[in-house]
Amino acid sequence: MQAEMNQSGLTQTISAETINDQQSDKMEAFLSRIDRGERIEADDWMPDDYRQQLIKLITMHGISEIMGALPEKEWVPKAPTLRRKLAIMAKVQDEMGHGQLLLRVAEDLMAPLGKSREDIMQDLFTGRLKFHNVFHMEAPTWADAGVIGWLVDGAAIITQTMSLDSSYAPYGRALQRICAEEKFHAQHGESIVLELAEGTDAQRQMLQEAITRWWPSLLMFFGPPENGGITSNQQLNMRYKIRTQTNEELRQAFLTKYVPRIFHLGFTLPDETIHFDEESKMWVYQQPNWEEFKQIVKGNGPRSAHRLNLREMSYEETKWVRDAILAYGRKVG
Amino acid sequence: MVQFLQVDSAQKAQENPEYKAALTELLFQLADDDFILAYRGSEWLGLAPHIEEDVAFSSMSQDMMGHAVMHYELLDELGLGKADDLAQLRKPEEFRNVILAERKNGSGEYNDAPKYDWAYAIARHFVYGSIKQVKLEALRESSYQKLSFVSRKMLTEHRYHMMHWQVWMKQLANSTDDAKQKLEAALEKVWVDAGELFSYGKQAATIVGFGIVASEESLREKWYASMQQKFTEIGLNWPGDLGIPAESGRDGQHTPDLANALQTLSEVYVLDPQASW
Repeated sequence: MQAEMNQSGLTQTISAETINDQQSDKMEAFLSRIDRGERIEADDWMPDDYRQQLIKLITMHGISEIMGALPEKEWVPKAPTLRRKLAIMAKVQDEMGHGQLLLRVAEDLMAPLGKSREDIMQDLFTGRLKFHNVFHMEAPTWADAGVIGWLVDGAAIITQTMSLDSSYAPYGRALQRICAEEKFHAQHGESIVLELAEGTDAQRQMLQEAITRWWPSLLMFFGPPENGGITSNQQLNMRYKIRTQTNEELRQAFLTKYVPRIFHLGFTLPDETIHFDEESKMWVYQQPNWEEFKQIVKGNGPRSAHRLNLREMSYEETKWVRDAILAYGRKVG
Repeated sequence: MVQFLQVDSAQKAQENPEYKAALTELLFQLADDDFILAYRGSEWLGLAPHIEEDVAFSSMSQDMMGHAVMHYELLDELGLGKADDLAQLRKPEEFRNVILAERKNGSGEYNDAPKYDWAYAIARHFVYGSIKQVKLEALRESSYQKLSFVSRKMLTEHRYHMMHWQVWMKQLANSTDDAKQKLEAALEKVWVDAGELFSYGKQAATIVGFGIVASEESLREKWYASMQQKFTEIGLNWPGDLGIPAESGRDGQHTPDLANALQTLSEVYVLDPQASW
């Protein structure tokens, strides 16, 4: 606080040098905490770039959960049986719950900057805040709902399990619960997929088309490969132990887990080159179009505008309700 | 007509065709009411005024859909057919739900430019829920033991739903002028339909005669007394007697909103009802 006042020219009580010394002492202490594997709490001192990285990561994660509810929500009323209707409703509700949990974590980080959930929503609508590439895509059949549960949630489990060890304690705690629920979701998705896989020719075809449709998006989910060059952004996240694995490491883990299962069920991937290279112990696969990826997360995916519209429209339509709740709160005190 | 004190199995209910017919009729009403309104609730998913409410509302829609499933399963046991077929393969004119349950949430479709009315959602669920409450309380004493059991179970969940809707009623009625006006307009819309919820349809006399549920009049009296008190507590003017819509949902007359809802609900299942999904 002293430093901020000084910088704004309000006081001249301490010199810039003293501040720098104090800041670097704090920074050193902070980095030692990280190195010792300690967890940082919301009220602890933290460097600005740590806070910024967390806000970026957690708002993106939170809003992705919320936007992620929309493609599956398309299938909630249409789920084929009563049991499936109940299960997918519960699943989408969980996703919204995860969004809520994560936005609460982000809100605490944003509070010292004078920002709130309203800012998050506005950033989403203006396109400043991005959400995961997969939720920009079309989900035209019931099999897509299955593939989303099985493979998209499966991919999410892999990245989120890594983040369980995040140096930021509140994020780690939120993820504990999220990961536990995501495992149920993956089972829910797997159950839909297996039913179709063991079903009629038409059902199997529906599933094959969905797998083919989702494959590039699933590869993109983990972000572009580093190819030896790690971005400064990633370096920062690794130094701060916000994340511990690279995009490519996570993607490889995903391929190891799911490619054999997909083949085992008798389905194909739209990539004839994909194979596990015994020598390098790595999957070799055809890269998706990373230019397209950039366009998609920018908000130019096939369903980006539609889903953002849906979210923004409902937000505007219910503004009077949020105003009413605030007014009621003021009246009741 | 013979008074049955206890019918403790589906088999016993089937032994008396008249009893079975009356029971079946009531079960379809109960199942279809919850099924269709739970569907309307599920359309709100992702569109509620804030995230916390989205989660809460979705949870209640699931409970309600779950109640419908319990009723469809009772019908299944009575030999009426598979629960999934009952929910998704019947024609609109075979549905027994009230018109109030099938009305759309607003203009647009849930996935295409939905302009949904939150005040209507609150007013509809509050009024529907309060009538469901007195009905469930009466059903605890049903001569059909299985119906009595499931009703008790539903009540434990349903009480929480009612607390939730009541908080909303209170908040909207005592916040801004705009919210109060919207709520009153929504209540008016609900009021003209809600009277049908007390109807057991053409078989009312048999249904009541067999002790499957208490009479329409007794439920109505109970509801009016408790509801008038609630309106006073909330700070709303009593809108007067409930109305009945032009179509009689209990007799299978419906608005195009129902056909539309059923088409969406069964879109995947009808691709191949014989397949396993």
